[in-house]
Amino acid sequence: MAIKDLPDTECVLPGSAACPGCPATMGLRIVFKALGKNTIMVVPACCTAVIESLHPHTSFDIPVMNIAFEAAAAGASGVEAALRQQGKEDTTVVAWAGDGGTYDIGIQALSGALERQTNFIYICYNNQIYSNTGIQRSGATPYGAWTTTTVGGKTEFRKEMGEIIQAHHIPYSAQTCVSYPEDLYNKLKKAKGIKGPKYIEIMAPCPPGWRFPMEKTVEMGTMAVETGAWALYEVENDKMTFNGKSKLILEKKIERKPIEEWIKYQGRFRHLFKPEKDVKRLKAIEEHTDQMWDRYRRCYL
Amino acid sequence: MTLMIDTGNYIAAKAAIMAKPDVVAAYPITPQTTLVEGIANYVKTGEFKGEYICVESEHSAMCACIGASAAGVRTFTGTSSHGLLLMHEMLHWAALARLPVVMCNINRVVGPGWNIWPDENDSISQRDTGWIQFYCSSNQEIFDTIIQAFKLAENEKVLLPVMISYNAFILSHTSMPVEIPDQKEIDDFLRKRKSKWKLDINNPITFGNIILPADYEKIRKDMQNSSENAKKLIPEIAKEWKKKFGRYHGDLIERYKCENAEYILLAMGAIGAESKVSIDNLRKEGLKVGLARVRTFRPFPKEDILKLGKQADLIVIDRNISVGSEGALFSEVKASLYDKSDTKVYGFIAGLGGKDVTYNDIEIICKKAIKGKVKDCEWYGLEGV
Amino acid sequence: MKKYNVVTTISYPKKGAMGKTGSWRIFKPILDKAKCVKCLRCWIYCPEATIIRNKDDTVSIDYEYCKGCGICANVCKVKAITMEREVKKK
Ligand SMILES: Cc1ncc(C[n+]2csc(CCOP(=O)(O)OP(=O)(O)O)c2C)c(N)n1
Ligand code: SF4
Ligand code: SF4
Ligand code: SF4
Ligand SMILES: [Mg+2]
Repeated sequence: MAIKDLPDTECVLPGSAACPGCPATMGLRIVFKALGKNTIMVVPACCTAVIESLHPHTSFDIPVMNIAFEAAAAGASGVEAALRQQGKEDTTVVAWAGDGGTYDIGIQALSGALERQTNFIYICYNNQIYSNTGIQRSGATPYGAWTTTTVGGKTEFRKEMGEIIQAHHIPYSAQTCVSYPEDLYNKLKKAKGIKGPKYIEIMAPCPPGWRFPMEKTVEMGTMAVETGAWALYEVENDKMTFNGKSKLILEKKIERKPIEEWIKYQGRFRHLFKPEKDVKRLKAIEEHTDQMWDRYRRCYL
Repeated sequence: MTLMIDTGNYIAAKAAIMAKPDVVAAYPITPQTTLVEGIANYVKTGEFKGEYICVESEHSAMCACIGASAAGVRTFTGTSSHGLLLMHEMLHWAALARLPVVMCNINRVVGPGWNIWPDENDSISQRDTGWIQFYCSSNQEIFDTIIQAFKLAENEKVLLPVMISYNAFILSHTSMPVEIPDQKEIDDFLRKRKSKWKLDINNPITFGNIILPADYEKIRKDMQNSSENAKKLIPEIAKEWKKKFGRYHGDLIERYKCENAEYILLAMGAIGAESKVSIDNLRKEGLKVGLARVRTFRPFPKEDILKLGKQADLIVIDRNISVGSEGALFSEVKASLYDKSDTKVYGFIAGLGGKDVTYNDIEIICKKAIKGKVKDCEWYGLEGV
Repeated sequence: MKKYNVVTTISYPKKGAMGKTGSWRIFKPILDKAKCVKCLRCWIYCPEATIIRNKDDTVSIDYEYCKGCGICANVCKVKAITMEREVKKK
């Protein structure tokens, strides 16, 4: 699928409340191109709830139900059941939540919905922080990153949500990134065609949250993949396939770039470079990434 | 019509499925458990044709009901105590979204100190969530109220969720004979839900986005107006039920021997039922005591209580305590009279932690009040104090 | 679009729900049509859907709502879009 083959469908209308350079709206545009207008979206508290803009108007041109922060998957379960009762099974139900609403407060409801085989697509747009509330750490925040609650840099590594999801053995799960619209589109399209629970996580570099210039959103995503900080993959009925550059890294056909190449452009890691290079922490980050890839290779190659 | 002899929970399950909800989402907790088990059995027998979502928590149960209700269908759930408290955030959500979810709550003590006996602190602490609250005192009343609740909640002048509370074990696990109307009669009484708003791909609205103070305030005011509408509709629906099925449990309150009463006892739930025996006995002794069993705590029957207060002194028994204040019913009764009547109001706290409150206890309480020897709000039968 | 007659937070789709967000711009994307190779990268990456894809796969910019993030200019491989400081009319 080339860019020019992507459909014209737009469900996020111009003039929303999103920050300039926002990865959430960038991702949402592609999501709706793949899913079309026969879609109902459930949104917990997160940036997207703000992006929708101010009552009595909305920037979304599909039905959207806002729900409490921890409740996206449970709310979607109810919508899905109701549609089934009304014979509207052709409508796609999507939960669209942030990493906070997914990794942290919403993980229980998500796990429950996956286990119950809810027929929906759960999408996590992962900007690695609580953006809505002004940049606090989440379970997805990487080691060393500054947030307003990890002032000297986060002291723990992020959790591996993809593997938690895989433990549910659902029909389809995937990781993608806003910088790869075709990959994102194809994964959504595939998910739409599969019955049962689907989980897709989108790496979403956030300019104000990560402290990089707003025109760099796409590069930040590309670099996340090329440095191996983030992997593009999909899991179909327990069979895992890596995609694009991630596949080449996995198969050692190319070497991942040093994570440093990615984080040095982000103000949230500035303290690792200034006043002097924090060799210890930078080394820990690289080692942790290598370990992740070694695990991937052991398990999935 | 058939006669079913069963416990409050199984009767509630029967009522729930006869209301034909499209989606039920629930999570087990003692003493509600047999209610969800009852519904699960109806799934197996095919009598319940809706979706039964066995969620992983009460919070998710309420979220699923909200999602389903927002998608336009009829929903039901049931819980108790800690389950209800876990739902708290979503109770507000359902009410503010104007979704007519109907729920049973089996009144049970709140921990710590795990205790599964009856106590109304669980539902009383949810009083400001915008839910209509009924308190039942018999299994028949549970059945009848559940069906009526759907009609009330879904009425476009109301559109507020309804909670039907009844006491742990005293009702939930006690068998009583209950008249069950035929399905067709229920269907005639309770038509299919017509939702006032819904998630619909042909009308792509966003529900619940950011809103400014002035608009938000209007939503609160409309909820209040709707609750006032419910006050008028509850008696109408009860009368319609009476006409159709011959049974009547009162409207916002149930009056028992209030004619010429000089003292009127106010209580809710099981204590309300037990009080009838006490009233009979007290009357035999020549004491002019009547009972007003409060059926709806929300909307609060302010006007009815003022009327009662103009007639007689009031004795209030609360199976709850708003710590730092007093019994919740006691407070609200006094507030209803404020500035309009100088009736004496005697407040008692009784039966917390599930302690038995017998007709004998209630008689003692009434006599204490009649003698006028009562502190502002008295704890009845507190041991070792 | 049917309006629901119920008092709760129900909102209806509108272009410019937060107003004319073009006024947020500090830099303005300027397209040089001659340089454009119709790759549509700017169209697919624009977070605002303010790069309009024309029938012939040329693009134009919706200045009423473009927030001036500069992503389009940044992803254009032939530098057909440049960012210029906005001159605000007084
Ligand atoms: C129960 C509850 N706790 C806290 C909040 C405050 N809150 C709203 S959004 C949010 C963070 C959202 O983070 P994430 O899910 O990553 O989405 P993002 O804002 O990054 O888009 C928090 C903490 C809330 N709304 N509800
Ligand atoms: S903070 Fe980040 S994710 Fe949130 S609206 Fe702004 S750019 Fe988008
Ligand atoms: S990215 Fe550049 S070349 Fe491609 S369509 Fe846009 S302006 Fe034209
Ligand atoms: S500057 Fe940003 S918002 Fe404006 S057209 Fe380019 S990408 Fe879109
Ligand atoms: Mg986030």
